[in-house]
Amino acid sequence: MSSTTAGIIFIVAMIAAIVAVHKPLGDYMHRVVTREKDRAVERWIYKLVGVKSDVEQTWGGYARSVLAFSAISIFFLYGFQRLQEHLPLSNDMVGVPAALAWNTSVSFTTNTNWQAYSGEAAMGHLVQMAGLAVQNFVSAAVGIAVAVVLVRGFARKLTDKLGNFWVDIVRISIWVLLPISIIAAAVLIIGGAVQNLDAGTASDTLNGAGQTITGGPVASQEVIKELGTNGGGFYNVNSAHPFENPTSWTNFIEIFLILCIPFSMPRLFGRLVGDKRQGLAIAAVMAVMAIISVGLIFGFENWADGTVPSAVSAAMEGKDVRFGIPNSATFGAITTLTSTGAVNSFHDSYTAMGGGMTMINMMLGEVAPGGVGAGLYGMLILAVMTVFIAGLMVGRTPEYLGKKIGAREMKLASLYFLTTPFLVLVGTATSMSFTENRESMQEAGPHGLSEMLYAFTSASNNNGSAFGGFNANTDWYNTALGLCMLFGRFLPIILVLALAGSLAKQRRIPASAGTLPTHKPLFVGMVVFTTLILVALTFLPVLALGPIAEALF
Amino acid sequence: MSNLATVAPKTRNGLLDPKQWLKSTPDALRKLNPKTLWRNPVMFIVEIGALFTTVLAIVEPSTFAWIITVWLWLTVLFANAAEAIAEGRGKAQADSLRKAKTDTVAYRLTAQKEEVTSPGAAVTEVAAPQLKRGDRVLVKAGQVIPGDGDVVTGIASVDESAITGESAPVIRESGGDRSAVMGGTKVLSDWVVVEITQKPGESFLDRMIALVEGANRRKTPNEIALNILLAALTIIFLMAVVTMQPLAIFSKEYMAAARDSAVIDGDGVTGIVLISLLVCLIPTTIGALLSAIGIAGMDRLVQRNVLAMSGRAVEAAGDVNTLLLDKTGTVTYGNRRASEFLSVPGVAAGHLADAAQLSSLADETPEGRSIVVFAKDTYGLRERSAGELSHATWIEFTAQTRMSGVDLAEEQGLHRIRKGAAGSVVDWVTENGGASGDRVQELVDRISNAGGTPLLVAEHKAGHAAEVLGVIHLKDIVKEGMTERFAKLREMGIRTVMITGDNPLTAAAIAKEAGVDDFLAEAKPEDKLDLIKSEQEGGRLVAMTGDGTNDAPALAQADVGVAMNSGTSAAKEAGNMVDLDSDPTKLIEIVAIGKQLLMTRGALTTFSIANDIAKYFAIIPAIFAALYPGLDALNIMRLASPESAIISAVIFNAIIIVLLVPLALKGVAYKPGGASSLLRRNLLIYGVGGIIAPFIGIKLIDLLVSLIPGIS
Repeated sequence: MSSTTAGIIFIVAMIAAIVAVHKPLGDYMHRVVTREKDRAVERWIYKLVGVKSDVEQTWGGYARSVLAFSAISIFFLYGFQRLQEHLPLSNDMVGVPAALAWNTSVSFTTNTNWQAYSGEAAMGHLVQMAGLAVQNFVSAAVGIAVAVVLVRGFARKLTDKLGNFWVDIVRISIWVLLPISIIAAAVLIIGGAVQNLDAGTASDTLNGAGQTITGGPVASQEVIKELGTNGGGFYNVNSAHPFENPTSWTNFIEIFLILCIPFSMPRLFGRLVGDKRQGLAIAAVMAVMAIISVGLIFGFENWADGTVPSAVSAAMEGKDVRFGIPNSATFGAITTLTSTGAVNSFHDSYTAMGGGMTMINMMLGEVAPGGVGAGLYGMLILAVMTVFIAGLMVGRTPEYLGKKIGAREMKLASLYFLTTPFLVLVGTATSMSFTENRESMQEAGPHGLSEMLYAFTSASNNNGSAFGGFNANTDWYNTALGLCMLFGRFLPIILVLALAGSLAKQRRIPASAGTLPTHKPLFVGMVVFTTLILVALTFLPVLALGPIAEALF
Repeated sequence: MSNLATVAPKTRNGLLDPKQWLKSTPDALRKLNPKTLWRNPVMFIVEIGALFTTVLAIVEPSTFAWIITVWLWLTVLFANAAEAIAEGRGKAQADSLRKAKTDTVAYRLTAQKEEVTSPGAAVTEVAAPQLKRGDRVLVKAGQVIPGDGDVVTGIASVDESAITGESAPVIRESGGDRSAVMGGTKVLSDWVVVEITQKPGESFLDRMIALVEGANRRKTPNEIALNILLAALTIIFLMAVVTMQPLAIFSKEYMAAARDSAVIDGDGVTGIVLISLLVCLIPTTIGALLSAIGIAGMDRLVQRNVLAMSGRAVEAAGDVNTLLLDKTGTVTYGNRRASEFLSVPGVAAGHLADAAQLSSLADETPEGRSIVVFAKDTYGLRERSAGELSHATWIEFTAQTRMSGVDLAEEQGLHRIRKGAAGSVVDWVTENGGASGDRVQELVDRISNAGGTPLLVAEHKAGHAAEVLGVIHLKDIVKEGMTERFAKLREMGIRTVMITGDNPLTAAAIAKEAGVDDFLAEAKPEDKLDLIKSEQEGGRLVAMTGDGTNDAPALAQADVGVAMNSGTSAAKEAGNMVDLDSDPTKLIEIVAIGKQLLMTRGALTTFSIANDIAKYFAIIPAIFAALYPGLDALNIMRLASPESAIISAVIFNAIIIVLLVPLALKGVAYKPGGASSLLRRNLLIYGVGGIIAPFIGIKLIDLLVSLIPGIS
């Protein structure tokens, strides 16, 4: 069997696995977030932190809780890194420099996991476990919680109560993320991922040089890194490292973990609004875009037509032989489609168009299927935009799921849609305007431009993967990218919560024959098309000077 | 039809008359004033861009720079002209209304409190504008009513053609639902005392003029939301274009060998080209036509003799979920009609028909007339005039006897025929020695159960006992075409509810026949209000018509309340639309106009955004192929040169506005139907069409532009 055939079977098996799991997992999450009674363990936690679990919050209250919780997280994580040499299990690592520590704490709190540091050389085990891994859990839980609030906005009527932030993140963390992580970590350990508190084993290499092989709680962190679409690797080379992702089948498990929650969110959405078909339509939009993107990257990499790629019959540079070209390409597509940012190969070495596609994946706004929670709320915003543009054509004031899309809703959705393009474009253009910032680029010309564009696209969309070859560990990039991550995460969250607030206040208009049907293939096609057009129109000029110029050179 | 309708838009070959463009030029120029233009952010950006290119073209003149500059200014002017043309139509209508607002003299009663019994009462002459609310004025035949008010004394026929365009005079009398009069209308006969109900300067006529002129036009909720989307798109493209510059400079440094040109040089992309790209990308098409679409929507209502008090009401009409329709006059003809003659056994059908006709000749009520007509249409009985039978004595219908008939003097003696309400006729038969059998009762019950009204026909021949010949089935006749219209409405997702004072049995029968979705029987005015409220609780928008004062609360509560012009001032005050033709079925057209307005906006927005794809394919390779020759592969239209490509895109962008003005004014074609079919059709025309059209248009323009020396 050729590796291409194997790669295609891999993709088909993945689709089958996601199709099989999205319903039960979505239904399970639905039960978790709608359950009336608190379980004993939840009550203890609420008592411990002093939360009244039966009091629901307004969108403003919810937003304040999200921001306060995240601010405290950033503060703790920052302190952790700065002071790690004074803490146990530091493996003799020194305190992280200020700009890098800021960048990293923002990066993990915002579910981005951009890593301007090298894991095994900068972070001790305690920071990895109690700092970074904890954020991997809770930042994922925050994303899911915000998505649930937006869906509640659609589902509820004539109320300003949208749920309780603390209840939502506690339940999501301990009943969704934790159990799956425990099971999956065991599976990865069986596959060969390491899980210990080893400070490092010295060994001699074949040519006689010395080498320290760092161990650590890798498997446990690897699982939540994928499941929570975080992407921050224990090691610098991320999922290309054999201790993180030992074999081809663990590669399958890891991609599955990345996709399972984002693709189950639409089911949760359908259940909450009381119409499963609506969830299916949103899942279909995500799937159509994901399949097109995976197919394109797979094709670009597998049948690359550069000189070197042709000589070896594909673009093998920067890819690991364990996975080969097809499964590296698939991983690359999925990690950029989901705001995960874990990598098992180096996007910098992809073909021009393959690398360009990884950027376009992120530029879609991380919606196909996007990060946990964030993918769903991003997609629902796009659905709202689509309903507004095309919905007028049925001769009614646009409405989605019985909620009118009026001036306020449109203002919030438009601001949401403006946020990341603003950060990406202004960030890239500003960096390019100062010659000293151009020095971080490894290559000149279009490829160098792609490296910089990729960095800002990744940070602003909370993806966290790096193109590679780009030195982002300078004060300028640590600060600028840190700001992009921060605003790229929390501005949209505030806007989504505000939108939920204004939707929940409305009545629900019953659907009739005159209502734009939002569960049919025509609508699915419209959302796909609107998304592609809006993204193409926004980013085509810069893409033309980067990957497209390189590809057509 | 109204005089308002005479100023409909003139179109030729789908394009507007060039004269209209010429006429709107001064207004279009006036609208260049940034103080007013900034309200339209998209066109405001274009104007700033045009200003900027003008400066650049003056500093560094070139054919390319000047062509772009001229076309950018034309883009703004076309947009302004589109608005001016739409407003111009309103202005013409306002002028024709102003003619009705001549300097009227009012005759205010000197004794305001006293009862007026003759037209000779003492009056004081005052100018109409000085009348205050509550003043009582005397208006005699030939005089113009000086202001809106209610007739408090007298009855008169009034010519309202100045406002409604309807030349037949109407009767206005004190008390009841026909007491409202409008300023500017003329009393033709008799005299009335009118109590003024308007405040000075706020008469119906004043409001109408303001409305058609668009003097106090405010953006509707949907227009505001759409403007937000357009502003967001404008910001995105502004960002995309501005941030492109540092990257272009970087790329130019990298490809230092590439020649400097009018498009790109060492300072990056030239200002003219950046502005051209920006103007082509921002949604100028919909931005230019948005306000024209709104004005034209209001205008289409005016042409159908409906005045909407706000654009918001027109939009709400498109969203209506439930229509409340009064049975009488809307669903059915005003009166019941004969639909069947049922004879008792032993009586020939022809004999019954003959008797029914004879007994109804003296019945001048509409029901009586309908029996004569039915006998003629169904049994071929020639209508006989009352004078034709000289030996007959006619018994006219009265409310007391509830019977009509005829006594024929025949050789055998007096032959008496009677027709009337079941109870009265049975009594008459009994008095004259006869008896109505079970069979008659059976027929009567059957008709009653079907929601109809039974009338009995009986005869009494000299020497015989009186006997019942048969039963006439009177029923409400559903207006022709209503069933189809209701089916269409159902397809559009609109539920129709029939309101009637009839008993539930009768109401159900008519509802079933007419095909309405629901009915409210034995309805009192407060029931109507409750129904509207409960529909609204469920998130539905309700439209209704009404004319009486007791309809006012419901009209005010409804999302779309159409008051009949013949109705009271209270009703007109409460509703948010007035139908000058007083035609309750107009509600259905109003809904269609509301939908068409929203569809036109959506279609042109989609078209505008879809256009951008082709423009990118024109401009991006034009700018960057000089740096990276490979990018010329994106020049799929094979445009002649970078300059011609950019010029062609800019010209297309301007001309498409001109081409779409008639569509904006007329609205997109609307065929009632479900949302899915509408969407599919419009997506195909304006979405797919919007992608393809500019590829063809830009290519064609490029073929012409490339002929200009120095461009290709």
